[in-house]
Amino acid sequence: MSTIRNQFSSLHDLREKAPIFLAVLFGTTIYASVCNLWVPEESIFHVTTYTITLLGKYLCYALLALSVDVVWGYCGILSLGHGAFFALGGYTMGMYLMRQVGDRGVYGDPLLPDFMVFLDWQELPWFWHGFDQFWVAMLAMILVPGLLAFVFGWLAFRSRVAGVYLSIMTQALTYALMLAFFRNEMGFGGNNGLTDFKDILGFNLQSDNVRVALFLCSAVVLALAYCLSLLIMSSRFGRVILGVRDAENRARFIGFKTENYKVSLFVYSAILAAIAGALYVPQVGIINPGEFSPLNSIEVVVWVAVGGRGTLYGAIVGALLVNYAKTRFTAVFPEAWLFALGALFVSVTIFLPQGLMGLIKDKRSVTGKLFFWRKGRKPEEEIV
Amino acid sequence: MTSLVKHILGITLLIFSFAISAADEVELDLRQISQQLVGAKLKALPVIIKQFETGGEVALPMLDAMLKGRLFIRKSDKLIVVGERQENGDYALMDALSAESLTALPKKQLKKVKVNNRLRMQLRDIIARVTLFSADPDIRESAVRNMLNKTSKDNIAMLEQAKNVETDSSVMKLIDLALAINVLTTSDIQAERLSALEIMDGSLEPIVFNTLSTLLAQDDAGNNLEADKVVREKALKLKNSIQQEIDFYELMEKLFFGLSLGSVLLLAATGLAITFGVMGVLNMAHGELIMIGAYTAYVVQLLMPNTLEYSILVAIPAAFLVAGAVGVLIQRGVIRFLHGRPLETLLATFGISLILQQAVRSIFSPLNRQVVSPSWLSGSWELNPIFSLTYNRLYILFFALLVFFILQLVLKRTSLGLNVRAVSQNRGMAKAIGVRTEWVDAMTFGLGSGIAGIAGVALSQLTNVGPNLGQAYIIDSFMVVVFGGVGNLWGTLVGAFSLGMLNKFLEPVTGAVLANIVILVSIILFIQKRPRGLFPQKGRAAE
Repeated sequence: MSTIRNQFSSLHDLREKAPIFLAVLFGTTIYASVCNLWVPEESIFHVTTYTITLLGKYLCYALLALSVDVVWGYCGILSLGHGAFFALGGYTMGMYLMRQVGDRGVYGDPLLPDFMVFLDWQELPWFWHGFDQFWVAMLAMILVPGLLAFVFGWLAFRSRVAGVYLSIMTQALTYALMLAFFRNEMGFGGNNGLTDFKDILGFNLQSDNVRVALFLCSAVVLALAYCLSLLIMSSRFGRVILGVRDAENRARFIGFKTENYKVSLFVYSAILAAIAGALYVPQVGIINPGEFSPLNSIEVVVWVAVGGRGTLYGAIVGALLVNYAKTRFTAVFPEAWLFALGALFVSVTIFLPQGLMGLIKDKRSVTGKLFFWRKGRKPEEEIV
Repeated sequence: MTSLVKHILGITLLIFSFAISAADEVELDLRQISQQLVGAKLKALPVIIKQFETGGEVALPMLDAMLKGRLFIRKSDKLIVVGERQENGDYALMDALSAESLTALPKKQLKKVKVNNRLRMQLRDIIARVTLFSADPDIRESAVRNMLNKTSKDNIAMLEQAKNVETDSSVMKLIDLALAINVLTTSDIQAERLSALEIMDGSLEPIVFNTLSTLLAQDDAGNNLEADKVVREKALKLKNSIQQEIDFYELMEKLFFGLSLGSVLLLAATGLAITFGVMGVLNMAHGELIMIGAYTAYVVQLLMPNTLEYSILVAIPAAFLVAGAVGVLIQRGVIRFLHGRPLETLLATFGISLILQQAVRSIFSPLNRQVVSPSWLSGSWELNPIFSLTYNRLYILFFALLVFFILQLVLKRTSLGLNVRAVSQNRGMAKAIGVRTEWVDAMTFGLGSGIAGIAGVALSQLTNVGPNLGQAYIIDSFMVVVFGGVGNLWGTLVGAFSLGMLNKFLEPVTGAVLANIVILVSIILFIQKRPRGLFPQKGRAAE
């Protein structure tokens, strides 16, 4: 009896899965940080700052993938627009960093960022006020994407827009935002975006220590997000979410207000994506409207698909693997990357519907899995 | 026998030499004048150029080349030549007067005849005056039009001279207009000026409107620049009526642009309406099928370089077949295995779109390619000086409607259409009564993809052909289909034209980018009110 209760308590999953994940995550990040800061450069164990930054970037992507998995894997909402929330989070951080530059810009204006001086603007637009305070930027990072996700989700889920309709709508959303941010008049640096950051919270962004700190920070945030998502998904709320994914109408007929559940989850996921963006920008040193491009958002979906959706750690593994492959590929054959990515989309959806994690979890042989269609397999989702 | 031939040859040569001797003389004169260009200082040029006017039309190519900075002196023998840069950097040459082709030379062996802005103005004037007496009424008309806003004394004298010999009524009208504008601006006699205004009445030439505006302008203190009150009142009346007409034609122009954009959207969305509306499969590679169609047009053009005029007619069926075949391949190779899993289908077809884009980039290079428009598609239909319809947009409008109605016929009158409708209404039942649903799926997909290919051919006439050509269309097409109502082709027709209109009417108010955003947002809001589009499909299928 107690074991059954144990299994259904929301802490069960956390106790079961989190320790392994956390051990691997912190083991590697601490190892990499130590090897960067305290191992001399001549040593073969030395990890370059470039690698640290790269790994930090991967961790941000992993967090983004996690946020997509939360809505797609657990609730069947395929969002092709999570890049928008990621970029919005990035822009709020970018605005803070831009204000930190102060009078060290090319034009040396104490108040206006360089691009505004260049566009011959006389005063700071109203939405840039307050961004010299870190806490304001952090608040905006959560509120702006959260609010957008709430409005969009509330409109979409209330009128029961689902399936491919919702997917295209999210894509249109990020596309529209991309067009808007490309405009100089928007006041976010137009085409070039925000760049040339100097420091964060008074620390120089270029120094090794700050890089490692940001990297560790990403790891900690990823770990927290993972644990929190695990908790949410194994709570009563999470079980309703699973019910909505598998049979929304039934869940509704039982009496759950499914749209409220979906909106809440969507907002939570958007905030995770925004945090990922905010961590990403100081590490790569630039944010521009290209981050809003529909291709970026849909790439995230493929990371999740490769790793295996509905598992959380699958999304993280997928993001790391695909991005590592991308870094390697684009260095060796830049032309072939899109071929590889395209083939990945096709092969994963056809051969590995549960992703790599599904392959491991499933005890059946790999070949049996690859030729699934010969067995008259049942479709997994409701036709929408 | 041979002597007879020699005689005949001799006589014909003689006749010819008589016939062309007059022109020859002019050419000889001009040749002498033109040789003065060799080594002339920039200051001396205006005097030399002035003499070219005597040459009439024979001097035109030379003057034109000089205006465009393409007149050269061959260093070896000081011959004046027209040069055009070739791809290898050498210059293709021809004699400036006889238009005879000469061997191409590198730039080093040529000396450019220098021109400055003052010379260019003088050249333009001379060209205008020379063309004023051309034999072709169209050339005369454009010459007069060029002189409309340059009413110098010389030009007016020239126009008056031209008026005496003019036979074409429309050129005559234009000359009258030019003279009237001159009278209005320079004369002091009220009656003359009023009759000049009479002549200007109803003309939509932009210069008329501008002249009236300057006439009616006020200085900073609010005093009228024009002293004569009667003239002022009449001019104001004229200006207002012209303004009304301009407003009307601007509205017409917006309507036309809206229809044109709508027709492009219709072409792009019709294919999607079939694959998504009828089969329930969202093909994210739809835009790339459009791109493939456009590239087919490009390849067809490369294959038949001598018959560019008709290559587009060959390209239409070719693009249908190529894109259709690719579509069938996608359906049989990928989509078939993802039946009943729409989100996965979306992802897989997106992957295909990436592969197709990169394939085209590897094969044709990432640079844009241009598909040349045949002459019957280029140019425009000028209804009046401020309103003209470009032929390519006009043709595409009719073409889109034609494709749409042919598709309607196919769906309503053929056995394939019957099967397609049966499968889309109730797949299980259709299968049960013996419809080969797999085959119908493949054919439907091929049909939708083929239409996307045709859309590509049409688009190749409007924009450059590049690997990203189709990318922008998937969202737009989807919006059209959703707005019109999924599964309803008539909805797609209405949706395409209303979105096109909306876009073009918003654009002047908000700018192009913002117009796009406004439309996206309003469609999202529209779906709140009518989740199943303008014309929802009737049926009992539960969602």
